[in-house]
Parts: sequence; C-alpha cells; structure tokens
Amino acid sequence: MALLEMHVTLEQVLIVGALLFAIGMYIALTKRNAVAVLMGIELMLNAVNLTFVAFSRFVESPRPLDGHVFAVFVITVAAAEAAVALALAVTIYRFRETIDVDRINLLRW
Amino acid sequence: MITVARNLLHAVLFLILSFVGIAGVYITLSADFVAVVQVLIYAGAIAVLMIFAVMLTPRSARDNAGNMLQGPSLALAGLLVAGITFVVLETDWREASRGPFDATAAEIGEALVSPFVLPFEIASVLLVVAMIGAIVLVRED
Repeated sequence: MALLEMHVTLEQVLIVGALLFAIGMYIALTKRNAVAVLMGIELMLNAVNLTFVAFSRFVESPRPLDGHVFAVFVITVAAAEAAVALALAVTIYRFRETIDVDRINLLRW
Repeated sequence: MITVARNLLHAVLFLILSFVGIAGVYITLSADFVAVVQVLIYAGAIAVLMIFAVMLTPRSARDNAGNMLQGPSLALAGLLVAGITFVVLETDWREASRGPFDATAAEIGEALVSPFVLPFEIASVLLVVAMIGAIVLVRED
C-alpha cells in the first residue's frame, strides 16, 4: 500500500467529501425518478464514508482504525437500505405504473 | 455526470464510475479493506440492484428529469459546499504525524469482535430484516 500512497492532505479529502455530499443532496432533492433519488442518497453516504476514512487516516487518536469500522457499518446499512428502498420502488411501480415521486400522491389530503 | 445524463441507465453507469473512483481515494488514504468492501458492495451489489430496479420499471420515465426544486437545491448545495469548505480550512485538526497504515483488515476484524460486538450483531440482524422485508415486499400476491 505504501507504493500507492500519494500526498493527499486532510483538507483536500474533506472538500472532495463536501462536494460529493452536495452533489448527492442536489440529486436527491431534484430528481423525479425514485431510483435517481436513491442514487443521490447513496452518493451522500459515500461522501460521509470518505470523511470517516480521511479523519481516521489523518487525525490523532488512540485507536485510529475505528473510523474504518464505522465506514464498514455505514456500508452495511446502506446496502440494507438500498435493498428495501428498491423493493419499495418496484412494489409502487406494480400498483401505480410509475415511480415518479411527483406523481405518487396517495397521502395528499 | 449523474445529474446531467439524459438517460437513467447512463446515470447509473456514472454512479458506478464514481463508486470506483471513491475506492481509489480510499487506497490513497491507505484504507485497503474499506476500498475492497467499497468495490464489492457498492460497485458490485448496489449497482446491480439499481440496474435491476431501472429494468423492472419499464414504463416509467427514463429521461432523468428534474422537478421544480432545481434552483433552491442548487443554492442550498452551493451554500453547503461553501460552509463546509470554510470550516475545513479554518479548523485546526490536530493532525497525527504517523505514516500510512500497513494492512488494516486484521485490526478491523479484531475491532469488530472486541469493542464493537454489539453493533456488529445488530448489523447482522438488520441485514436479515432487510432481506426478509425486501422479499416480502416484491412477492407476487
């Protein structure tokens, strides 16, 4: 791994994480297809993981690998969430013939 | 690229590309185990799930269109990036002087069984619940 070690700094990685989070939030807020909204959410989770790993690499700590463990947990929860949400999308499509979140208005009063 | 692609499937492919790119960033941060997990779970499993979901909803809109919130969300995203960048550059992070990690997989495994046993078990229960829930949701009848 030392061969691949480049000179990235903590600030650079954190700013990349912020950019990814903002792009994911923009996608999750603006897209009309439910699968596209999910893609935005996955991107946001990835950005958070990136900041976890970056802090774990650079910041002084008695147990520096805890950030990696958190990242693995976040990946696990993200996988579960993606499976359930995509199953929901398929179920809604079966009943409504659409997964356009602007047209799923069952709860409108 | 995910947000400007005209076709939803192309957007999914760009998402896979960004997952692989993030795995590369993990490798430069000497996080080898997390990088491998990222490629396996995100670029493998979640990407396949996304493509399945797109393919299983054939008559829905495929044009990756946006809704009315584009202006406010763009402003909100820009504000977020500006705020986080300011905080990142202004804070003293007490950076450690140690070098890159050697191999992280063994230490992550030990951490998962000694201080993080309870979250580990809860995560496995969560995965079982999610699996059963997904099967029940998409079952015919």
